[in-house]
Amino acid sequence: MRLTDLSTKTSRWFDPAVPLSDIVISSRIRLARNLAGHRFTCRCDEEEKQKILDLLRQPILSLSELGDIAFIDIAQGSSLERDFLIERQLISRHLAAGRGPRGVVIAKNELFAAQINEEDHLRLQVLAAGLDLEKCWQKINSIDNAIGEKIQYAFSPRYGFLTACPTNLGTGIRVSVMMHLPALKMTEQLKKLFESAKDMNLAVRGLFGEGTEAVGDFFQISNQVTLGVREEKIVEDFQTLIIPKIVEYERLARDKLLVKDVNILDDKISRALAVLKNARLISSHEAMFLLSNLRMGINMGRLKEIPIETINELFMLTQPAHLQINKGQSLNAEQRDILRAETLRTKLN
Amino acid sequence: MQCQICKTKTATVHLTEIVDGQRTESHLCQNCAQKEGVTIKSQLSLNELLGSLIAAHQQDENIDSEKSRRACPNCGITMEQFRKQALLGCPNDYEFFGDDLRQIIEKTQDNNLTHKGKVPAQTQTSSNARLEEPNKAEELKRQLSLAVEKEDYELAAKIRDQLKTLQ
Ligand SMILES: [Zn+2]
Ligand SMILES: [Zn+2]
Repeated sequence: MRLTDLSTKTSRWFDPAVPLSDIVISSRIRLARNLAGHRFTCRCDEEEKQKILDLLRQPILSLSELGDIAFIDIAQGSSLERDFLIERQLISRHLAAGRGPRGVVIAKNELFAAQINEEDHLRLQVLAAGLDLEKCWQKINSIDNAIGEKIQYAFSPRYGFLTACPTNLGTGIRVSVMMHLPALKMTEQLKKLFESAKDMNLAVRGLFGEGTEAVGDFFQISNQVTLGVREEKIVEDFQTLIIPKIVEYERLARDKLLVKDVNILDDKISRALAVLKNARLISSHEAMFLLSNLRMGINMGRLKEIPIETINELFMLTQPAHLQINKGQSLNAEQRDILRAETLRTKLN
Repeated sequence: MQCQICKTKTATVHLTEIVDGQRTESHLCQNCAQKEGVTIKSQLSLNELLGSLIAAHQQDENIDSEKSRRACPNCGITMEQFRKQALLGCPNDYEFFGDDLRQIIEKTQDNNLTHKGKVPAQTQTSSNARLEEPNKAEELKRQLSLAVEKEDYELAAKIRDQLKTLQ
């Protein structure tokens, strides 16, 4: 598989055809696993990392249920390729910045990825468009079972799956849902959301930005407690209680905006469109921020001439590594800002 | 932890900035953070959160320095090193650091200390054989509560009988 096969397309988890996709962008479940009898990655020398990579790569590549899959060697790849895989949510910054033998097995549809020698020896992830955690869980559970038949995981009856960081201990499960919450932001209700999330032991993080910065009103909600709770319970709570509740708040905020502040709303959307259609230089941060406003406008029925698919596509295509991979060369910040503005003008005019 | 600006409210927004390799941390309450324009700019990552918990824990109790220098024979990590990087060195550390680690796990895992989730397919190798029995009981208990939740009392009764023969 070549990265350029992926770089011109929107990720499959960015699918506007699934229910709730105006607010819930994607669902993800990740499992952290380690091999019994080996030190955790941060304490391994190159030789041990290579051994772990060899032990894990083949069994995963031979899983028949995954369809078309490929191994990408992260130690050999360029930093541009690593950034590209981060932008597509296929690897973590931690894996990209790591050292020594490491890599990722990805399904060609990008809905499955297995990072090897990340903070833990193995980080499995399954993605789905919209709110579909039950499907993610079924799929990742069966993949995990299949791998667990070939490999002995580090496990204790008392603490469950043993992980490098105790924050992942037990189930090793991290359930994350990516949401677009522009109306909660505009009506200044995010603070309330963060406070109640904290009370419920949830983590809320911004997305699409450098590091943890929130850009464009995209937020990732995930569980913090991994020990002492069954996986099915965490998944069910997210699927049936937590996320539907946040969706409801966002809908209420949107309705309120339509009734009370429709002029402010329309102004915001029109200005965003005007800038995106005309800018000659635009940073990734500004583009995300304005695209987020367009996305809100389309989903609230205020902006009809642009299909939502175009916006979703632009979210991916305007990110730094995507621009460069598609151009076929590395670009400095100014060159990127020019090319980004060009891409936006072409797609929106 | 107190907010660094107003010095009255509890700090709930924790920022870590790395400028020229220098790490600076600031701890603000929601109000001051908003005034500073950092609302939710960067929430603390789990590892950092753990790091600060561990640091607090370290200050709380005057930890015996000899004990904190005791190294795991398998990976060489000490409690002191774990406190710095928030990562353990090997699976053995969970047993080796026993009580010290248990307190940290309790804090980060909402007071939970016992695994209730799935059990891997392969746990019955020779070195793990002795762990098999409690495992099986745990798994049966788990299935039992699932059956009760689903109000499948016939299945629940069957599992209860299996549990009895185990004990
Ligand atoms: Zn304050
Ligand atoms: Zn160790």
